[in-house]
Amino acid sequence: MANKRIDEPTGIETVGHEWDGIEELNNPLPRWWVWTTYMTIIFSIGYMIVYPALPMLKSGTEGLWGWSSRGQLAEEMKAGAALRKEASDAIAATPLEALIKDEKLMPLAIAGGAAAFKQNCVQCHGSGAAGSEGYPNLKDEDWLWGGTITDIHTTLEHGIRASDYPQTRTSLMPSFGKDGILTPAQVSDTTAYVLSLSGKHPNDAAAQRGAASFAANCVACHGADGKGLRQFGAPNLTDAVWLYGGTPDKVSASIHKAHAGVMPGWSKKLDAVTIKMLAAYVYSLGGGEESAAAPTTPASGTGNAKP
Amino acid sequence: MESLVARAGWWLAALLVAVFMFANAQDAPFAVHMAVFALAALAGLVLSLRNTDYKLAAAGKKPAADQGRYDDDLIRAGVILTTFWGCVGFLVGLYIALQLAFPALNLGFEYTTFGRLRPLHTSAVIFAFGGTALIATSFYIVQRTCRARLALPGVAKFVFWGYQLFIVLAATGYVLGVSQGKEYAEPEWYVDLWLTIVWVAYLAVFVGTIMKRKEPHIYVANWFFLSFILTVAMLHLVNNVNLPVSLFGSLSYPLWAGVQGALVQWWYGHNAVGFFLTAGFLAMMYYFVPKQAERPIFSYRLSIVHFWALIFLYIWAGPHHLHYTALPDWAQTLGMVFSIMLWMPSWGGMINGLMTLNGAWDKVRTDPIIRMMVMSIAFYGMSTFEGPMMSIKSVNSLSHYTDWTIGHVHSGALGWNGMITFSAIYFLVPRLWGRERMYSQRMINWHFWLATIGIVFYAASMWVAGITQGLMWREYGADNYLVNSFAETVAALHPMYLARAFGGILYLSGALIMAYNVWMTVAGKLRQELPMRQAEYNPDADRPLVATPAE
Repeated sequence: MANKRIDEPTGIETVGHEWDGIEELNNPLPRWWVWTTYMTIIFSIGYMIVYPALPMLKSGTEGLWGWSSRGQLAEEMKAGAALRKEASDAIAATPLEALIKDEKLMPLAIAGGAAAFKQNCVQCHGSGAAGSEGYPNLKDEDWLWGGTITDIHTTLEHGIRASDYPQTRTSLMPSFGKDGILTPAQVSDTTAYVLSLSGKHPNDAAAQRGAASFAANCVACHGADGKGLRQFGAPNLTDAVWLYGGTPDKVSASIHKAHAGVMPGWSKKLDAVTIKMLAAYVYSLGGGEESAAAPTTPASGTGNAKP
Repeated sequence: MESLVARAGWWLAALLVAVFMFANAQDAPFAVHMAVFALAALAGLVLSLRNTDYKLAAAGKKPAADQGRYDDDLIRAGVILTTFWGCVGFLVGLYIALQLAFPALNLGFEYTTFGRLRPLHTSAVIFAFGGTALIATSFYIVQRTCRARLALPGVAKFVFWGYQLFIVLAATGYVLGVSQGKEYAEPEWYVDLWLTIVWVAYLAVFVGTIMKRKEPHIYVANWFFLSFILTVAMLHLVNNVNLPVSLFGSLSYPLWAGVQGALVQWWYGHNAVGFFLTAGFLAMMYYFVPKQAERPIFSYRLSIVHFWALIFLYIWAGPHHLHYTALPDWAQTLGMVFSIMLWMPSWGGMINGLMTLNGAWDKVRTDPIIRMMVMSIAFYGMSTFEGPMMSIKSVNSLSHYTDWTIGHVHSGALGWNGMITFSAIYFLVPRLWGRERMYSQRMINWHFWLATIGIVFYAASMWVAGITQGLMWREYGADNYLVNSFAETVAALHPMYLARAFGGILYLSGALIMAYNVWMTVAGKLRQELPMRQAEYNPDADRPLVATPAE
C-alpha cells in the first residue's frame, strides 16, 4: 500500500506505510548522528590497537602501549612506596623507644598508623578506636596486656589468643559456673564481691561470702586486691572500665562462662614498618605509658585509674 | 469436549505434581512455593471447568471469538496490575532508601532486612511493574499494528497469569530467603523453569499474531518487542544453568563458576537492561508517542539503522560491569568500546521519539501525556549518554561500586521506563474502558511534576553521593596514606540518603495519584475541570481488519 504523501507541517514525504494511523516520514539519517557514530567507531578501533583488546589462543593482544591493569596497580604501588620511602626507612631504623621521642618521625608514624588502623582495625575497635562491648577501648589508660610502646607492638605482632601465632599472648579464665567449679550461689556471691570492689555493691554478707571464693579462685590472676595482672591479661576489677559489661547480670555471666576474646596477629599480614606505625598510632591515642614506669606500681585512686 | 477434558487433565496433573512436591519438600520455602503452585493449578482447573460453555462443548464446537474485535481483557487486567505493582515497587524502594539512612528500620527480622527487601524492590519494579506493562502493551500494540486479533487466546491467558505467578513466587522467595544471589536473576531453579515455559508461550502468542497480520509490513514497535522477547529468553536460559541440590529443595548451584560466572551474570544483567528496559520500552515509545502526538514517526530509515545497530552492539557491552576485576583486560576493553559505540544507536531512539513531535511541539504545553513522554525520552537520552560515559575505564574507576551507579539506574528506570509507562497507562485507560477521557487530566499534570522533581532529587543526590564516595575512597594524604575509613565514607553520605528518600516520597506520591486517577476513570467518573488537550480516538476504527466486517 504505497500511499506516499507530503506531510504538511514538515514538508517531508512519508514512506507510504501506515499502521493503526501511524505513518513514517522519509527523513534521512541526521548527519551529526552519522558522523558521531563513525567517530565512536574510529575511537574504538584506535583504543583497541593501543590497549589489550582481542582474544588470541593463549591470551589477549597486549596493545601498543603495553598497558595492563595489574601493571598499572604495580606502578602506582611502587610510586606510593617511593614517596614514603624516606620516612619509612627512617622509622624502620629507629627503635620503638626512640621513635616516640622523635619529634620529626613520630607524627609521620602516627599518620601512617592511622591510615593502617582505618583499614585493618576499625572493624572491631571502631573508627574512633573507642571499642565496644568485647572490643577494648584504645583511647583510655586501662590496658589488659600493657600500654608501653613495646607492649602494644608485641600485641600487634602476635595478637591475642591468635592460634596461628606461637608467641601470641594467651590466658584462659575458667568458666566457674558452667564447669561446676563454683555453685550458682557462690557465683552470685562472687559477683557481689567483685562489684563491691568498685563500690557498685554494698559490702554486705553476700559480698563477704564472695570474698572467700574470690580469694580461693581469682587472686592468682586478678591479684589479691583485684587490680589485675598484666602478664595474664587479667583486667582490673576495681575501676569503672568493663570490657564485657559491668551490670550484675553481665559480671555474673562472665564468671559463669568466661570470655576469651581473640585479636589476630598482624606480622604475617602487614610489613614491619606498618606494625611499628600502628603501635605509634595506638600509643598516641591518649593512654600510652612511659616505659620507665614499667614496674607496675598501680596508682591509687578510684574510677578510671591507671591499673 | 476432548479439548476440555485435555485441558482439565493438564491442570489436574499440574495440581498433583505440585502436591507431591509439597509433600516431599525438604525446606520450608520450597513447601510454601509448591503450595502456591498447587493453588494456582487448582484455580486453573476450577476456572477452566466453570468457564466452559457445556452446550457448545457437547456439540463438539469451540466458542468462536469475535475476530472483528481486539482481545483486550488481558490488557485491562495488565493496566491495573501495572499500576498496582508500580505502587508496591516504589513503596518498597522508599522503605529500603530509608533503611540506608536509618538502619534501625531493618527491624531485626531476617524477613525485613535490606538484603531481602532490595531484590524485592528491584524485581517489583523491573519485572512486576515493567514486565506486566510490557506484556500488556505488547498485546495491545501487536493487535493494533497488525490489525488482527490476538493469536492463541488461551495461551495468551496462560502467559499473562503465568507471569503473575512468577512474580508472586519470586517476591515471596526473596522475603523467605530463597535466592541464587545473582542480581536481577535471583529466583531459584524451579521458578526459572516456570518462567521459561511462560516465556516460550509468550513468544508463540506474539509471533502467531504477527503471522496473522493484515498489514503488509511489520511495524517497528513489533521488531523491538520481538527482539526483547527472543533475547530475554536466551539471556534467561544461559544465566540460569543451575543444578538443584535436590528436586524437592529450593537450593541450586550455578554451572558457571568464578570469573566465567561473573561474566555470564553481567552479560545477562547488562542485556536485561538493554533488551527488557530499553528495547521493550522503545517499542512502547514507537507506538504511543506518534499516537498521542498524532504525528508520523520522524524517520523510517533511522528506525531501521538504529534498531539493528542497537541490538547488535548491546549484547557485547556487559563486561563494562567488571572493569578492574579478575576479568582479562582484553575483555574489559571490548566491553568498554562496544558501550561507547552504543551511544549513537541508543540516541537514534531518542531522536526518532523527540523529532516525531516536529509540527506538534505546542502539545508539550497543552497535553500532559505528551509532556510526560517528552520527559521520558529526555531521561532516556540522558541515561544512554551517562552509561557509555561510565563505561570508560577512567570514569569507571571513580564511579564503580558507588551510588553514582544507583543514580544512573534510577534516572533510567524512574525517568525513562516509569514515565513512558505512566503515559501509556494514561493513553490506554480511557480507550480500554470506553471513557471520554481520564477522570482528571490535571492530576496527570500533578503526577508529571511530582515524578519529575522526585527524579531530580534522586539523581542529583546520588551523583553527589557517588562522587563523594568515589573521591573519599581514593583520597590519599600528602604523606601518601589513605585518609578515610569505610565507615567515615558511609557517614558522609547520610544527607544525600535523606535527599534520595525525599525524592522517592515525591515519586511514590505521583504514582498514588495515578492509581486514584485510574480507579476513578474505571469507575466511570469525570472530574469537573478545565479540559486539556488529548488525542483523538475513534472507537469504530479501533478494530481488526476482517474480510467481512463484523457488523
